[in-house]
Amino acid sequence: MKRTLPAAFLTLTLLAAGCDGSGGGDATKANAAAGPITVWLSNNQEELAWGKAMVEAWNTAHADQKITAQEIPAGKSSEEVIGAAITAGNAPCLIFNTAPAAIPQFQKQGGLVALDSFDGATQYIADRTGGTAEQYKSPDGKFYQLPWKSNPVMIFYNKDIFAKAGANPAIKTYDDFLAAARAIKAKNAAPFAIYPSPAGEFFQSWFDFYPLFAAETDGKQLVQDGKAQFNSPEGQKVAAFWKTLYDEGLAAKEQYNGDSFADKKAAMAIVGPWAIAVYGDKVKWGAVPVPTSTGKPAEQIKTFSDAKNVAMYSACQNRATAWEVMKFATSKEQDGELLAKTGQMPLRTDLAAAYPDYFAKNPEYKQFADQAARTVEVPNVPNSVAIWQAFRDAYSASVIFGKKPVADSFDAAAQKVDQLASGS
Amino acid sequence: MIAKVLGRHPVGLILSAPYAVYLAVIFAYPLGFAVWMSFHDYFFAAPGAIVDHPFIGLDNYRAVLGDPGVHQAFRNIVVFLVINVPLTTGLALLLAVTLNRVVHARTFLRVAFYVPYVTASVAVVGVWMFLFNSGGLVNSALGPLAPDPSWLINEHLAMPVIAVFVTWKQLGFFILLYLAALQNVPTELYESASVDGANAWHRFWSVTVPAVRPATALVVILALITGANLFTEPYLLTGGGGPNGASASPVLVMYQRGIQQGEPDFAAALGVLLVLGVLIVAYLNRRLIERD
Repeated sequence: MKRTLPAAFLTLTLLAAGCDGSGGGDATKANAAAGPITVWLSNNQEELAWGKAMVEAWNTAHADQKITAQEIPAGKSSEEVIGAAITAGNAPCLIFNTAPAAIPQFQKQGGLVALDSFDGATQYIADRTGGTAEQYKSPDGKFYQLPWKSNPVMIFYNKDIFAKAGANPAIKTYDDFLAAARAIKAKNAAPFAIYPSPAGEFFQSWFDFYPLFAAETDGKQLVQDGKAQFNSPEGQKVAAFWKTLYDEGLAAKEQYNGDSFADKKAAMAIVGPWAIAVYGDKVKWGAVPVPTSTGKPAEQIKTFSDAKNVAMYSACQNRATAWEVMKFATSKEQDGELLAKTGQMPLRTDLAAAYPDYFAKNPEYKQFADQAARTVEVPNVPNSVAIWQAFRDAYSASVIFGKKPVADSFDAAAQKVDQLASGS
Repeated sequence: MIAKVLGRHPVGLILSAPYAVYLAVIFAYPLGFAVWMSFHDYFFAAPGAIVDHPFIGLDNYRAVLGDPGVHQAFRNIVVFLVINVPLTTGLALLLAVTLNRVVHARTFLRVAFYVPYVTASVAVVGVWMFLFNSGGLVNSALGPLAPDPSWLINEHLAMPVIAVFVTWKQLGFFILLYLAALQNVPTELYESASVDGANAWHRFWSVTVPAVRPATALVVILALITGANLFTEPYLLTGGGGPNGASASPVLVMYQRGIQQGEPDFAAALGVLLVLGVLIVAYLNRRLIERD
C-alpha cells in the first residue's frame, strides 16, 4: 500500500500533465461578440496617462462595452508576464505594449488572434502605416499585431561635453564618431564616449549593433529570407567599428546601474525620442542619425524602430469590441494624443504632415518624425528570441570582450541562426 | 481491513494530510511534470490551443549534453561550489563558535550577521556593484594592484566574486544553524578536555567539530543545494552571466531557454540533470561527513 499510493499519484500526475487542456474556443463567435474588455498598458508614466485618457474617452461613448485598463503586471520583463498569462488563459483582450520580437513565440503558443479575421483590418493597417507594415506580417502572411508606435533610435550627444572636448558633433561616418570619441577621452570630458549596455540579454543588440547595421545595409534585417545577414561585409564593418570603441576604452565593458547619458558618464547614447522627456533639463542634448562607414546623407539613413505594437489575445471573448478599440486607439485623434503626451512616434504615414502644429511647437521631435519613416524592425521569424540570443552571445564574445575573432564568431552564429530561422 | 489500510493511528493521516497535499501540489506535481516534459517536444500553449506534444525520447537530454553553453554553466557552478561551500561552512562554524562565547552585544552581532540573509539580493547587488566595479571602492583601495579587467568583467574573477557575495549573504542563516547545534554540546566535554591538558585549538578540533558534525552535514547540503540553484546573482551582478558567459549558471540557462526562448522541454531536461547531479553530490557528502 505504501508504494501503491505514490505510484497512483505519479500516474495521475503524468496523465494530468499529458492533457494540454485543449478545449478549443469558438473563435468565430468570439470575433463577433461585443461587450466589456480588459486591456493592459505599459507602466511608462506618459503612456499610462495617454492610456487612461483613451479608456475614459471610449467608456464615455460605449457604456455597454466598457474597457477595464491596468498596467502590465510586474515581472522580469513584460514578455514573460504576457507569456505566462497566455499559458494560464487569463491574458487580457489587448496589450498596448507588445514587443514585435515576442510575436512569433506568442503566435506559436496559440495566444494571439489574427487581425485579418476582421473585416477591413488589412486595409486599415496598410492605410495607416503604409509599406512599413509589411515588416510586421508573420511568416503565414497574417497580422498578429497592429503596428502602433516607434521610437526610432538616433545618436544623442551632450553639447556641454562635446564643447569641453572640442569635438565636432556633426557625426556622419565611423571616422567622425571615433575622432569625437577619442577627443572626449583625451580631454577627459566624460568617462566614456558612449555606454551601450554590455550585458548579455538578447535584446541589448537592438541598441548597439542593429541600428548601425540597418543604416549600413540600407535597411536589411538581421535575418532575411531565412538567412542570417550579419556575417556580411557590412556586418563586419559595423562590428569592427564597435570593437574599436571597446578596444580603445571609448565604450564601457561594465554594466552601469542607471542612465549613463543622463548621469553624464557617457557623452553619447543610442536612444529614441521617449528619452527626451526623461533627460528634461538635466542634459543639453542634440541628436544626429546613426553613422555609416561612408557617411550617407541623413535622409537615407535607416535605423532600428524600437516599436511597440497592439496585439489581441486569444483569451478575449468580446473580440468585436476589442477590434473597435484597436481602431479607436490608433485613430488620427488618439495618435495625436499619444504623440503629445509621450513624444513617441505613431506608426502612420507622413507623420510630420499629419500633426503640423505639434511639430511646429516641438521642433526637437521633428527629426525623429523624419527618421520614423525609415525604420527597420526585428525579423518576424520563428525562434526570434533564440536568434537574438545566439547573435548576442557571438557579439559579446568577439566584439565586446575580444575572446574570439569577429569573422569566426559571426560565421558560427550565422549557422546557428539559419537553423533556428528554419524553425528547427 | 480498515485498520490494515489506514494503519494503527488513522488520525495521523488526517493530521499529516495538509502537509502531504502541500508537498504533492508544490513539489511532486511540478517535478513529475518536469520529468514528463523532458521526454516530450513541449512548449507552453494557450488553454484553447490544439498542439501536439510528441514523445521524443532522449532528444532533449542529447541537446542539453551537446550544448556548449550548458557545459560552461556546469563548469562555472563547480567553480562556485568549490569556493562557496567550504567558505560558508568554515566561516559559519568559526563565527558561530565566536558568537557563542561573546557576552556583550551578542544580539546585535547575531542580527548584524543575519541582516544580509533577509535582505533582497536586488537591494544588496547594487552595493556590491559599487564595491567591485572598475572605479569602485575595492579597486580604489587596491590602487595599482586592482585587477585588469576589473572583477565583474574578468572571466577568471567574476564567478569567485559571486561565490564570495553569496557566502556573505547567506552566512547569517548558517551561523544560526551552528549556534543551535553548539547549545547541545555538553560543557563537561570541554571541562574534561581542559583537565586532560587540551588547549583552545584542541578543544575546538577534538570536541566542537565532532559534536556539530550533523549540523555540518546539513550546512554543506543546504549550501550545495542553494549554490546549485544559483540564479539571481549572475542575473543581476554580472548582467546575465557575463562576461561572455563566465558566470552563467545552469539555472540561468534554464531561465533563458525555458522562459525567454520558449523551450521548456530543454530547460526541463537540464533541470532533471541538475537535480540528479545535486542528489549524487549530496549522497557522497553524506557518506563522507556523516560516517562514524
